Amino acid sequence: MLITRKVEFSASHVCRLPQLSEQENRELFGLAANPHGHGHNYVLEVSLEGQPDAVTGMVLDLKELKEILMRHVVEPYDHRFLNYEVPPFDHVVPTTENIARDIWQRLEPHLTDSRRRLHTVRVYETPDLYVDYCGEGPCSA
Amino acid sequence: MFRVTRRYRFAASHRLHSARLSDEENQRLYGKCNNPYGHGHNYEVEVSARGPLDASGRAVDVERLDELVKRHVLEPFGHCNLNADVNSFECVVPTSENLAVEICRRLKENWSGAFPGEWPKLDRVRIAETARNIFEVKPFEVKPFEVKAHEIE
Repeated sequence: MLITRKVEFSASHVCRLPQLSEQENRELFGLAANPHGHGHNYVLEVSLEGQPDAVTGMVLDLKELKEILMRHVVEPYDHRFLNYEVPPFDHVVPTTENIARDIWQRLEPHLTDSRRRLHTVRVYETPDLYVDYCGEGPCSA
Repeated sequence: MFRVTRRYRFAASHRLHSARLSDEENQRLYGKCNNPYGHGHNYEVEVSARGPLDASGRAVDVERLDELVKRHVLEPFGHCNLNADVNSFECVVPTSENLAVEICRRLKENWSGAFPGEWPKLDRVRIAETARNIFEVKPFEVKPFEVKAHEIE
């Protein structure tokens, strides 16, 4: 069974590679290469896979899941310029893909144990563009 | 592995009517959707592609995906009567199942023109005819051009 919790954060970023010229960055990343950055209202959906506990009837208390998401993602990310304020984005391009993977790495140690596992991190950059990351294997869902 | 999904919209009209059924059977089967003059929807199409990250930290060049979908889906289908204006639906009922198959087939056939490398691959196509009716198809379920969509089992 999958359970999913949704949270939101707002952040700014810029997508540029230091080894590329201004023109090459513009060609590769388009408007996202604007040196002063720009922002999004990101939406994060985190899904866990597990079986409901025999006593509580829950895979994980969603309040507890929300607290983990707030502590490990929303607090460090929200209202920040990712490139300047949130490692590893000082040296990793904060594309939506890399953001999804960073969130996975932040959350996995706190969510995967003998009773449940982190299944999918879905990051919406806009309502019309989102990335799913399910670890290094293929996305099964 | 990453899956990147982009959502697009187009408006189109259609009429559900099968030439293999009588008028009464069509009316009974499709109900209001069999109205002779047709009716329309604001379709939402989600196109998903999957792959590993490239050197730029992306799995999919979204601009390239946008161009592909615009050229092969949004322009030929947008503000059209699917039965009258789109050849694929001359002999195929434009249900959203068949529409999803047709969109997936067009993207599959033209994929390598936009993405010539091994990655990313087309992962799935999902259509919402209305917010409550959603249809999803994967490329392996779609047969090549010559085969009519309604013949797929």
